[in-house]
Amino acid sequence: MARIQLQDVRKSYAGQEVIHGVTIDIANGEFVVIVGPSGCGKSTLLRMVAGLEEITSGTISIGDRVVNHLEPRDRNIAMVFQNYALYPHMTVRDNMAYGLKLAGMPKADIDAAVARAAAMLELEPYLDRKPRALSGGQRQRVAMGRALVREPAAFLLDEPLSNLDAKLRVQMRLQIKDLHQRTGQTTLYVTHDQVEAMTLADRLVVMEKGVAQQIATPYEVYTTPANEFVAGFIGSPAMNIFDARCEGQDLILPGGHRVTVASCPAEAIRLGLRPEDIEAVTHAPDAFPVVLQSVEWLGADAYGYCVIEGSDTRLTLRMPGNAPLAKGDRLLISLSRSRLHFFSPEDGRRLA
Amino acid sequence: MRRTVFPHKLLPWLLLAPQLAITLIFFYWPAAQAFRQSVLKEDPFGLSSTFVGLANFRKVLGDPAYLNALQVTVVFSLLVAFGALAVALFLAVQAEKIVRHKGFYRTLMIWPYAVAPAIAGMLWLFMFNPSFGTLAWPLRQLGFDWNPLLDGDDAMALVVAAATWKQISYNFLFFVAGLQAIPRSLLEAAAIDGASRRHAFWTIVFPLLAPTTFFLLVVNTVYALFDTFGIIHAVTGGGPGRATETLVYKVYNDGFVNLIIGDSAAQSVILMVIVIALTAFQFRFIERRVHYA
Amino acid sequence: MHDGTTSPLAARGAARTLAHLWMILGVIIVAFPIYYVFIASTHSVQTILRPPLPLLPGPEAARNYGDAFSGGIGRIGGVSLWRLLGNTTLIALGIAVGKIAISMASAYAIVFFRFPFRMACFWLIFITLMLPVEVRIQPTYKVMVDLGLIDTYAGLILPLIASATATLLFRQFFMTIPDELLEAARVDGAGPWRFFKDILWPLSLTNVAAIFVIQFIYGWTQYLWPLLVTNSNEMNTIVIALKKMISFADADTPWNLVMVTSVLAILPPILVVVLMQRWFVKGLVETEK
Repeated sequence: MARIQLQDVRKSYAGQEVIHGVTIDIANGEFVVIVGPSGCGKSTLLRMVAGLEEITSGTISIGDRVVNHLEPRDRNIAMVFQNYALYPHMTVRDNMAYGLKLAGMPKADIDAAVARAAAMLELEPYLDRKPRALSGGQRQRVAMGRALVREPAAFLLDEPLSNLDAKLRVQMRLQIKDLHQRTGQTTLYVTHDQVEAMTLADRLVVMEKGVAQQIATPYEVYTTPANEFVAGFIGSPAMNIFDARCEGQDLILPGGHRVTVASCPAEAIRLGLRPEDIEAVTHAPDAFPVVLQSVEWLGADAYGYCVIEGSDTRLTLRMPGNAPLAKGDRLLISLSRSRLHFFSPEDGRRLA
Repeated sequence: MRRTVFPHKLLPWLLLAPQLAITLIFFYWPAAQAFRQSVLKEDPFGLSSTFVGLANFRKVLGDPAYLNALQVTVVFSLLVAFGALAVALFLAVQAEKIVRHKGFYRTLMIWPYAVAPAIAGMLWLFMFNPSFGTLAWPLRQLGFDWNPLLDGDDAMALVVAAATWKQISYNFLFFVAGLQAIPRSLLEAAAIDGASRRHAFWTIVFPLLAPTTFFLLVVNTVYALFDTFGIIHAVTGGGPGRATETLVYKVYNDGFVNLIIGDSAAQSVILMVIVIALTAFQFRFIERRVHYA
Repeated sequence: MHDGTTSPLAARGAARTLAHLWMILGVIIVAFPIYYVFIASTHSVQTILRPPLPLLPGPEAARNYGDAFSGGIGRIGGVSLWRLLGNTTLIALGIAVGKIAISMASAYAIVFFRFPFRMACFWLIFITLMLPVEVRIQPTYKVMVDLGLIDTYAGLILPLIASATATLLFRQFFMTIPDELLEAARVDGAGPWRFFKDILWPLSLTNVAAIFVIQFIYGWTQYLWPLLVTNSNEMNTIVIALKKMISFADADTPWNLVMVTSVLAILPPILVVVLMQRWFVKGLVETEK
């Protein structure tokens, strides 16, 4: 178990910088999830921690040791790969034991460690099978087991659940959470799935274009996104973000509708509204009309896709599943004023 | 391109060293020598040589014996390549019609692959030699004046038969694999559309086999050009009267037996050009085949 | 190619019977020359020289094979059949094993390392595809003379173990190994040697077996090269010796011993191909395409 620190870590390929100075301090035992769209550099960052990619500048330390130039095997880490990367010709037992064997651990200790991990992951019946005789979920567990037996300083997982079907993914997500609580292992987890990110993380690192856009708890990321990218990326359906203007205490929406707010940080702003922070009302001060263009009914909830009357700005609404709505309806809506998000039109930063 | 590699810098050179050394010493150096000698003329004692430009090439290409060898090679290669392809394709299709005992037939079909070309030639000569060949005997009984040791056409027929026989195994294996790769659904669709089996073969199976056939055509041509040296050397020695003297046999004969180094080198260079053209053709075609998939 | 799977081309009834008949005819044509020489090796010289040859084995098998093995064969300088078989086996094994070793090593270097001139090395090896020994006979012979390799096993084996094909096949196979497998092994603590020994080699076994068969046959059936670099009868391969034994113009050729020698020249590679058929066919068809 150990603390992991990244200090201004950068990476360039052929002169092209792809990771632009990431600094993170991961506490001992913390579960940190790196989340972002594909190509944002999240896997590269993880692989740099693992030692599978060279870093161009900056320092990475695990424990209190700078590991910049250490081989993966000397970093005392274990890793779970997206496609599991099980050795196809070895049994489950040998897959799990291989790293320990290379480390020169006595056979009895290896057997004990493998037995422990197998018990934890309910893999005992499969120990003598080869990977190809296992289901996807079982292979995933073997990959976890191979990492667990090492009792490493840190646990690195690269999209470990993305090859599983939806139901199994939920199950394994809970198991990973449970394992982390039992072992207290420092964990760095990469995913593009925001549900995994929100549910697993002690803290989130939201990445885009090689920059850590925000590093905070899931709650903070959701309630106070640091910029327009984070606001739009986290949350489903995505936050509504559009141009608006301020005149004193009045917020002027597309279509010329006015809403009175407590304070307004700048004259020209980008306004962010979560779909659940918009309410359909029959009558309220500052309510304004929208026209429903389509409705998606999901059971408990329904999403309404509408345009603000008098403009072509689209809004997504989240409404109860029993709301009697149909395409073409005209609704009055009102905004939850304490949950408005303001971003700078220039650089997308959150405005206080 | 791999994402991850080992960081060592010296180790890969050590791993490559044996192959590079052998390649340079036994491939590149002699090939370069062949180019050098092809523009030189050595005196009869091999003591000195003078630069003669393309004179050796002009001499070779103007030599009726060389043109004869070229003609022999073309005839021989075409007969062998097409004969071996046709027989193998026919047998592969028959094999695919069969449900049981396929493995048994295949086991017997692959035997000739393991037979050295020179021995393949000798086997056919045992069977067809005019004095005691069991299969020559009925020919002679029927009044054919069969004598591959004296008659050029008979000799050609014999080496073509031996060379074709040896190549059937290889083509058969590839055609069977090619036939098995044809999607079942296409043939089922054709059957439902009412196509006869023969019609379905020529309109669906044969066009889909085209990549395999082209690949084998190149391989068989290279085989007929080079690998059949043993057959000709062991069976006819290029005779009778140069009737079976191929280009490769002539390079060997001039360079190694008659010791006309300059001519032989010029012939080597011409052969290299032919191989390079064939290889380039093959790779262009393989590249194109990727788009079929 | 597997028995039991029904081909989409499978026929029914009479068409299938006809296909069997064609296959039987094909097999007879393909296998007859080999059967013929085997039959001939069991008859006396007199029977062989008086066509047609019987279609069944004769009574002289024991004597012919005994003579061939014990007597030495006068026409090629009294070298024993054992010696010829030994030479040929050594050369075929040397070429097969040597080729697998050096082409695996170079493919490993090219696929799993990054170093300057990596692709140049690859092309250097690749181009040798276009330089078969047949097109550079005389200068290659001269190199052999200069290096003193005439009439040596090294001379018979070394120049034939550098092959672009085997290197290309291994490279192709190595490139199908997922990156993650190498990464997992590195995280587990494996260096280049352990990765090769524990992971890559076991995964390559099928390919190695296939290439072994193909190259063993290649080595066993060599003709031009041994013809060039051997002068001494002691160094002959069985194929070359057989050629030297035969003269169709000469009534003294011991045909019964020739037939025995032919059988022995054919049998070992056929056994290798038939016994290792599964890997051989897979390797040939899958990798050479």
